[in-house]
Amino acid sequence: MTQRLATAALVFAATAGSASAEKIKFEYWYGLTGDLGAVVAETCNRFNASQDQFEAVCVGQDGYEKAVQNTIAAFRAGKHPTLLQSFDAGTADLMLSGEFYPVTQLMADTGVTVDWTDYFPGIANYYSSKSGEFFSMPWNSSTPVYYFNKDQFAKAGITEAPVTWEGMAEAFKALKASGQACSLAYAPSSWIDLEQFSMAHNIPVASNNNGYDGLDTELLFNTTLHVQHMENIQRWITEGYALLRTQAAGKTSRDSFVEGECSVFFSSIADHNTIHKLTPAFGWDVQIIPTYEGVERHNTVVGGASLWVLAGKTEDEYKAAASYLAFLATKPEQQFLLENTGYIPVTKSTYEALLAEGFYAKAPYLNRDIAMKSLTYTEPTELTRGIRLGGMIQIRSEWQSEVEAALAGQKTMKEALDNAVSRGNDQLTRFAQTYAGKSFP
Amino acid sequence: MRRAYFKFSWIAAALLAPQLLIIFVFFYWPSAQALYWAFTLEQPWGGGNTWVGFDNFRNVLSDPYYWGSVRVSVIYALATTVLAMSMALTLAIFVDRQLAGYKAYRVAIIWPYAVAAPAVGLAFQFVFNPGAGIFSYINTIAPGWWDLSKYPWQAVTAIVVAGAWKQVAYSFVFFLAALQSIPRSLTEAAAMDGARPLRRMVDLQLPLLTPTFFFLLVINITDSFTDSFGIVDTLTGGGPFRATDLMVYKIYADGFRGFDYSGAAAQSIILMLLVMALTFVQFRYVEKRVHYT
Repeated sequence: MTQRLATAALVFAATAGSASAEKIKFEYWYGLTGDLGAVVAETCNRFNASQDQFEAVCVGQDGYEKAVQNTIAAFRAGKHPTLLQSFDAGTADLMLSGEFYPVTQLMADTGVTVDWTDYFPGIANYYSSKSGEFFSMPWNSSTPVYYFNKDQFAKAGITEAPVTWEGMAEAFKALKASGQACSLAYAPSSWIDLEQFSMAHNIPVASNNNGYDGLDTELLFNTTLHVQHMENIQRWITEGYALLRTQAAGKTSRDSFVEGECSVFFSSIADHNTIHKLTPAFGWDVQIIPTYEGVERHNTVVGGASLWVLAGKTEDEYKAAASYLAFLATKPEQQFLLENTGYIPVTKSTYEALLAEGFYAKAPYLNRDIAMKSLTYTEPTELTRGIRLGGMIQIRSEWQSEVEAALAGQKTMKEALDNAVSRGNDQLTRFAQTYAGKSFP
Repeated sequence: MRRAYFKFSWIAAALLAPQLLIIFVFFYWPSAQALYWAFTLEQPWGGGNTWVGFDNFRNVLSDPYYWGSVRVSVIYALATTVLAMSMALTLAIFVDRQLAGYKAYRVAIIWPYAVAAPAVGLAFQFVFNPGAGIFSYINTIAPGWWDLSKYPWQAVTAIVVAGAWKQVAYSFVFFLAALQSIPRSLTEAAAMDGARPLRRMVDLQLPLLTPTFFFLLVINITDSFTDSFGIVDTLTGGGPFRATDLMVYKIYADGFRGFDYSGAAAQSIILMLLVMALTFVQFRYVEKRVHYT
């Protein structure tokens, strides 16, 4: 390092004033792929073109999971990047390891001013510690909504897209009566059917306020409204209102919707852009995910990924990374992301500015801010801050396998969820044992 | 048995050293590390681990789904081996008999071995996909009959066929070489004695093929236990509801995807022991019936 500094100084002296000093480089590993990956790469180009002090070296890692896996391997070998784009389910281990540089701290140390109160609380809470310090930088954010076929709804005489499950059930009946064979293209998703569903209903997924208050957490979702909801979905499938549409079954729920086979499907708001690009031959719109009657609706939480700054890098690299993160948070850059993907703004000021410009009033962005309505429906409560569980990826996959088994008629939905909970609890016990004596910061 | 003795020589040692070093770095070291992790709870981001003795093994072995995974792995290994070897043998005999166009397909049959497992899985997705693949034609006749997301046996069949397809090439090369090394004079003598092709095959060629047969059996079984990951990952993802969750795929899912390094290490050790045991059984009992010339 000293040698490099000395060399840099020499070079600087030799070219005194005529040329700029060598750029400070930092590495950034991201998980997004395809069109979205290209957008990430483009933000790096824009950053590098916007100033001549720092250079972001951005490397796609072929998916969030691989990005985290590769970073762990690199970290253990001491060759990790400064910045990592990680999805929420993959960060419990990182949080407890402490091998990261909280971005609030980073910005303070490098003298970059960020107005942290400008972030939407639903997003801020999700990515910060109990004391309100941001661990990671929110960037590509989304939340689930449902997409519906306007033409088919109109034909069935449904004037307003329902916001309750009871209303949804009525809509299914009306659609069937109007000759629409399939109302809902269903694909099991623990993120939507379990996690976000529980947020919107203000019911727990796990004890200890969804894991925030300690590692001795137990899953609770086999005792809540979630069970009844999953039984309803199963019933809709057997009664012929809904069809199971997954990749393994030959057609995804999105394809089914875009082809006009089914009238409704649930997904992230990030799909808004994709569906627009697929140009369905009918009118369509989005609506917030329904809740059951008699339950007070609460906010949903953010999905997508955030940017983590990892420990063990040089001060220069941190400065460069801080500058990149600040760059991403500016309004033009958020807007660049929004226009090229289906993601949502993360700061209030950007959202308000976009609203004032009429950004969300016309296609292709029309009504995309329904996601903002869902995210900001109420102030986050103890149960709607988010979920902080170790082994989350395995818990999700246990849920998925068990629900699939129930939908295939191998067991009842209740048995399946009981089993998912008991197996998930084994994961949580292992996790607590691995990090004995620690707790989430 | 005759034994050969060699004097120790520095040159020999020096020549062996690079190879031994490679084996040590890429096999013994990681295996030792896995063995150590299997007895601890390892934190993925470093930061230490806790010694837990046999807990990881106890957890894995008391999990009914793990035994399901062992069962389907054994089924997969046996089925792909039988399928791949019988297809390879049949094809090799055809080529050996120099049927029309044998030169062209001798080359063509060798190719699949050069295809990476995930690519094989992807290719077979176009065959087996219930919505868009070749098998979707079945669904136009009997709607909903072919559905990989619903019927475990169909998913298992799909990965077995894909796995066998990939292994046919390897076995084919060896069978063909073995067939071609059978002296023509033997075949001709048998022919003059009035043995027809089928009789010559049963009484002459197959017995002479047993060493090759045995070698391929060991290699194929080992391969189908350890090299099936790519096919499962792209074709079924372990589903439906864990029906194709082969041991090696489960190791990946738990270890890399779920960050449970220790649980995955314990499973690796069990898989290693299982493959060793199977190989031992084959050498102990099957090799007795092999005649080396």
